[in-house]
Amino acid sequence: MTGDTPISGNLDTFPKLLAENARVRGDKPASREKDFGIWLSWTWGQVAEEVRAIACGLAALGVKRGNKVTICGDNRPHLYWSMTAVQALGAIPVPVYQDSVSDEMQYIYEHAEAKFAIVENQEQVDKLLEIRDRTPDLEHIVYKFPRGMRNYDQPFLDLLADIEERGRAFDGENPDFYEDSVAQSTGADIAIMLYTSGTTGRPKGVMLSFDNLVITGRNGVIRENLTEDEDMLAYLPMAWIGDNIFSIAQAYITGFCVSCPESSETVLEDLREIGPTYFFAPPRIYESLLTTVMIRIEDAARIKQRMFHYFMGVARRVGMDILDARPVPFGERLLYWLGNILVYAPLKNVLGLSKVRVAYTAGEAIGPDIFTFYRSLGLNLKQMYASTEASVFITIHPDGDVRPETSGTPAIDVEVKIAADGEVMFRSPGVFRAYYKNEEETNKTKAADGWVHTGDAGFMDDEGHLHIIDRSKDVGKMTDGTMFAPKFIENKLKFFPHIMEAVTFGHNKNYVAAFINIDLESVGNWAERRNLAYMGYPDLAGQELVYKLISECVAQVNADLAADPHLAGSQIKRFLILHKELDADDGELTRTRKVRRTIIAEKYADLIDALYSDKDHCPIEAEVTFEDGRTGTINADLRIWEAPLSDTLVTQAEAAE
Amino acid sequence: MTADRKIGDVLLDVEGVSMTFGGVKALDSVSFDVKEREILAIIGPNGAGKSSMLNCINGFYHPQEGMITFKGVPRHQVRPHEAALQGIARTFQNIALFKGMSTLDNIMTGRNLKMKKNFLWQALYFGPARAEEMEHRAAVENVIDFLEIEAIRKTPVGRLPYGLQKRVELGRALAAEPDLLLLDEPMAGMNLEEKQDMCRFILDVNDEFGTTIVLIEHDMSVVMDISDRVIVLDYGLKIADGSPDEVRANQDVIDAYLGISHD
Repeated sequence: MTGDTPISGNLDTFPKLLAENARVRGDKPASREKDFGIWLSWTWGQVAEEVRAIACGLAALGVKRGNKVTICGDNRPHLYWSMTAVQALGAIPVPVYQDSVSDEMQYIYEHAEAKFAIVENQEQVDKLLEIRDRTPDLEHIVYKFPRGMRNYDQPFLDLLADIEERGRAFDGENPDFYEDSVAQSTGADIAIMLYTSGTTGRPKGVMLSFDNLVITGRNGVIRENLTEDEDMLAYLPMAWIGDNIFSIAQAYITGFCVSCPESSETVLEDLREIGPTYFFAPPRIYESLLTTVMIRIEDAARIKQRMFHYFMGVARRVGMDILDARPVPFGERLLYWLGNILVYAPLKNVLGLSKVRVAYTAGEAIGPDIFTFYRSLGLNLKQMYASTEASVFITIHPDGDVRPETSGTPAIDVEVKIAADGEVMFRSPGVFRAYYKNEEETNKTKAADGWVHTGDAGFMDDEGHLHIIDRSKDVGKMTDGTMFAPKFIENKLKFFPHIMEAVTFGHNKNYVAAFINIDLESVGNWAERRNLAYMGYPDLAGQELVYKLISECVAQVNADLAADPHLAGSQIKRFLILHKELDADDGELTRTRKVRRTIIAEKYADLIDALYSDKDHCPIEAEVTFEDGRTGTINADLRIWEAPLSDTLVTQAEAAE
Repeated sequence: MTADRKIGDVLLDVEGVSMTFGGVKALDSVSFDVKEREILAIIGPNGAGKSSMLNCINGFYHPQEGMITFKGVPRHQVRPHEAALQGIARTFQNIALFKGMSTLDNIMTGRNLKMKKNFLWQALYFGPARAEEMEHRAAVENVIDFLEIEAIRKTPVGRLPYGLQKRVELGRALAAEPDLLLLDEPMAGMNLEEKQDMCRFILDVNDEFGTTIVLIEHDMSVVMDISDRVIVLDYGLKIADGSPDEVRANQDVIDAYLGISHD
């Protein structure tokens, strides 16, 4: 496997790369964080000092080579440094999703046998104290923010600043300890362990080596020509592989600066202030940005609206061609130039995307309308196909050849093939070592020759672009033999701004039915414009006019499906709007917001039965889990509507009769 | 959680305060004291004189009889801004914020009495006024961080939902770094989650800054949970004074809340 080739100059681990950055660009900013309304920054030299102090402090606390240390909290420089500090000791950081509820945490702590935890604040400490009697391995908890912790006198709790203080003292007594410890690790050692949320079963601990991350990160740097002058806003969960590659691996490799937002609610504001050049966001963020823009435009003065719509028309015609350097008539170029001054540049500025050189999206399919909207503004947005098991990159859109319907061409050093059954497989230097304590799953996923099963169905087109259709196991057949690709249909639904989430059913059924979640912001705004009064989500979701609105969306999707003879049979016949938003806290979505079909099918079995009967409503009582772990119930009586079908199917059905 | 918190000496002493509006006796010879670092709740049915009591304490009303002693100094005819200078801040039953101004500016107004430079200096902005402005901004940012309202720092207050406006109002009171904080129905009109947040903030304020708090509240579960001591007013009379448990068991209080007729 190519992953076993050593990296030049022996900079094969993050602590070694950090020392190199401190030597080469010690005065250049490495981390920024907004606190008390002011952006604070730390240079590479300072970061190296901090990491050294934390590492020594953790060593004094008893962290040993091979120990697992969980890291949990919002994106904070100190937590990032803690990861590197843990690695410097030869221990393994295990970042955990900060919004996990106690039960999920307990599983990870038990499974990983984590001895130490470094967490952000009281909220996370409380969650750990709650599960402490069930996690006997956990010896010590270190927290960053002292707020609210005044009356916690447990001996196993420590403030991170105190640990750093102890670390400095320890360092004074053992001046060679840190360097020795760093030198002992090599690229082949495990760098991090990430628990993948997984749409089925328990999370799996993916072990990735330094080589996996460093080589893959470097290949990404080469492909996009990233330099030390990039700016990055780290706002996605630290437990997600992407953040580890973008905000740690690539930052350490090139020496660019990573900024942490003030809080999770201020991200859009912080984005505008930082103006990143290298940006990643899942499709839903691009969607919500676009929704906000559209809502604001509807409120704008008539002349501004007309200007916006006129120049967006120009952008739609030629924007993508200009970005991909294809020939465009001079007149159109001139109009686009004018549009850039009047509309596109100010708009990008408001969104904080003015300086972006490379923007990625992945995780879910992005609507072609949304994708082309951003590209036509001149934003170099690209899709990629990524996975934790690959250390992110599998395929990326190449510059100059970006097509919304594909996931791009294989990344550097990545081989992609399609198995006989249509499953996408890959082999790369980023391929994970193994799942922790789960040999069976490891062998199922990763073949002896290094090829990894993705579980996704797809195909390569003639130009070498990868197309992803759906999760292989989700693709089913309807009773009449029509192929049923639920995600494909759901994505079509979700591309409407009014629809937040959709779940479709149809495997082994004679027609397709759907659950819909409306987008509260978008539909709420729509309702306000019509003076439609509502009290919260459940009420709005049940309104007749909202059903009518959604029905129009479904009809359009049906028309789309009808155009393809293979898919015409999978039009949505009946649908309902759920009374609550699908939520990761209730186990209905993964932490990365992917639908967990089996759980939803179990939980809402009554609703599904009703969809496949002739009832026009169905009562439901659902249990919801609040953030603090308590549960409550919501009662509702949901209407079920028939959706308008498009012609092809109707004629086929008539013909069949 | 409040185990090792020390309740200190008497901070505010109210002695035989009476207040009449025309023929209505809003307060009838009410006496009680508030100790340092204490959370004291004033409860009672509508029209019992709770808000009048707060208004007397912060100098908005002047009681016809009785004496209020704050920090050992007896006061006569104190005006609200003098009370504020002495270290008393309050929030109102109906939100009283500047709707068109941002959260940051609203909270900044809480620092107004602490600004020492005259407005000519402030207009010039440079020099000492600038240093002072920075010092006050830092204090305000501290409050913003404490109340977790970073995301609405620059949002005009009028655009915020009710629960957040209440929080901003608390922020403005906190910006004055008061010794005594008066809260008039801080949870009115809030949903359960907002109430929980507000409770947490009140306890945190008390815990972190050692601020003494007097609050009026109708939600009994809130009162019983967060107060060290509760006094009950009914038709201007103090009918009970004690720990939440004592008050809960008091027959007069039960009668007042169940509505026994007053002859």
